[in-house]
Amino acid sequence: MLDLRQYTCLGAALRDALDRFSSEICLIEADRDREKVRLTYSDFKEIALPLARALEDADYDAGDRAAIIMTNQSKWLISAYALFYCGGVLVPLDYKLTAAEHLQLLAHSKSKVLIVEYHLWRAIMQSSEFQNIGTKIVLVTEAPLGVELAGAFRWEDFKRKGAPDFVMRQKDDVACIVYSSGTGGRPKGCVLTHENYLEQCRALTAWYPFWPGVRYLSILPTNHAIDFMVGFIGPFVCGACVVHLRTLRPEFVRDAFVRYRITYVSLVPMIVKNLERGLRAKFDELPSWKRAFLDAMIAVNRALTRRRPKVKLSRMLLSSVHRAFGGELLALITGGAFMEPSTMQFFYDLGIPVVNGYGLTEAGTALTLNDLKPFRADTVGKPLPGVELRILNPDAEGVGEVAARSNTIMSHYLDDPELTLETIVDGWLLTGDLGRFERGGHLQLFGRKKNMIVTEGGKNIYPEDIETVFDGLSVKEYSVFAANYIWPKKELGREKLVLVLRLEQNQKFDGKLQEEISSRNRRLPDFKRVSGYLIWDKDFPRTASMKIKREALAEEVGKTADRKAMVGL
Amino acid sequence: METAEKTLDEILTLAAGHFKVPREKLSPDEDFFKALGIDSLQTLDLLTKLENHFRVELPDYELQGVTDFRTLAARIQARL
Repeated sequence: MLDLRQYTCLGAALRDALDRFSSEICLIEADRDREKVRLTYSDFKEIALPLARALEDADYDAGDRAAIIMTNQSKWLISAYALFYCGGVLVPLDYKLTAAEHLQLLAHSKSKVLIVEYHLWRAIMQSSEFQNIGTKIVLVTEAPLGVELAGAFRWEDFKRKGAPDFVMRQKDDVACIVYSSGTGGRPKGCVLTHENYLEQCRALTAWYPFWPGVRYLSILPTNHAIDFMVGFIGPFVCGACVVHLRTLRPEFVRDAFVRYRITYVSLVPMIVKNLERGLRAKFDELPSWKRAFLDAMIAVNRALTRRRPKVKLSRMLLSSVHRAFGGELLALITGGAFMEPSTMQFFYDLGIPVVNGYGLTEAGTALTLNDLKPFRADTVGKPLPGVELRILNPDAEGVGEVAARSNTIMSHYLDDPELTLETIVDGWLLTGDLGRFERGGHLQLFGRKKNMIVTEGGKNIYPEDIETVFDGLSVKEYSVFAANYIWPKKELGREKLVLVLRLEQNQKFDGKLQEEISSRNRRLPDFKRVSGYLIWDKDFPRTASMKIKREALAEEVGKTADRKAMVGL
Repeated sequence: METAEKTLDEILTLAAGHFKVPREKLSPDEDFFKALGIDSLQTLDLLTKLENHFRVELPDYELQGVTDFRTLAARIQARL
């Protein structure tokens, strides 16, 4: 791999990687079982540079922001490289947000350029807020010929001849603005520097290196911190190959493991659990003698890999399982949400380590990672090289808020100095997560101090962001909370949101109100919905400016009402 | 050419059969996550079944944000 210490920016590191590994395959893109794209590093450069030149000719300058809203595909990475080549700042947005949310974040980030897939652009054009879009240049990928694009350019045609000028950036220049949460009243745009990414990449590849020949299956959205690092920057600076699938249908994902002999993949816990369910069902279908043999092999593998993984041995002992994953899988990488230890242990016993870690968008990608020396299913691993962690105000069991200091920690929240001051104190990032150190320096997590949940799909949901769906609800007042924020639990997983309602005087909670709440709740994507409601019989505490004092309300509710008082929706 | 109503009816029947839910308990405007008690990954399984039945290919993005049977039927109908 490249020695990243010599670089001051991602653009320069990627530029050298394209030259150094020019004949290696860097990208494969498949739509279901149809391979659509296969590029060498040299091919990648040939497509990206004319785009960079066209952007420069369109007055896209160093420091200008450019948003990408795309599913995982080759044009995502090609566009990102072209933007870095011009010295630009990348704003990767979640393609699963609504058009209104996209427009809100485009405005918040003041993006000058937008690169977007046609179906997403079509939705944005149809949004009632579309006329207020401030983005100057819009490039639309895969637009059918002749369709109305409202002044946008077709990505495929937006290229110019002639070498673009490479724009060097310094380590403390901004590389990306990544939104760690949504869109309600207060978007959290994490401003991450080139140094943040270069340091993160060095730390991660020190423990889990890539090399030419490695094939990484990119399934997590590339806008997500994990895939951006291990599905783009990491593999590219090491000459490895990224495989994109245009569908997440389980049958095609399974097929891709085998077809492309995948080495690494990152998955959210929900998908890992789904894989576990599928494997367990297959094991249960085996004739009893085969099942007994399989169980014996698993037991042997477990005993022989207790101290560290032994890939070749596991592949020999459990060859049919490994063949189903393509035969070359080294690890499943997971993060972004709570992972059940039993699921990780299930895969580890099959000789497929699940490398879990812990991180926040605010901290680049990961703060801790399981180094498999030995494998521990009950922790989120050890701090990565260069990461300092400490536990603030530990209780008698050593549990307190996790604080982190590292060169990977964001510079600040975009246009929110107040929130930045609350979050980064004396150089330490206050994570809002509760944890303690275990033997061997492993970090264990026990819940959250902050009012938010993380779904099994790895989505951060802040209650404030979803309250707008209940605007105008026919009650006196309401507020949404993470249930574990009201009733703290020293555990993660199965996190829920609860709607706390204060009815008008003499108002009864009737079927009509219940239907109104349910109907509004259904307008939210399934992962953002509240799970239940709780009727509160006092006025909410408010500040002088009449904002709800959420912390005080949560504390009061938690002290007075039991978790069981929550009624399911 | 199937009519929109027929497409919707077939979807409800297929979904009920696939997830073993009584057909009469499903209604067109119902949230299928809740009605069928399924998560987003199980929805992908249902889509594969529907694609095979109607012999259409539905890109993942066509189904983003779709949560009720009627909208799902309209997306399929548009590709028949």
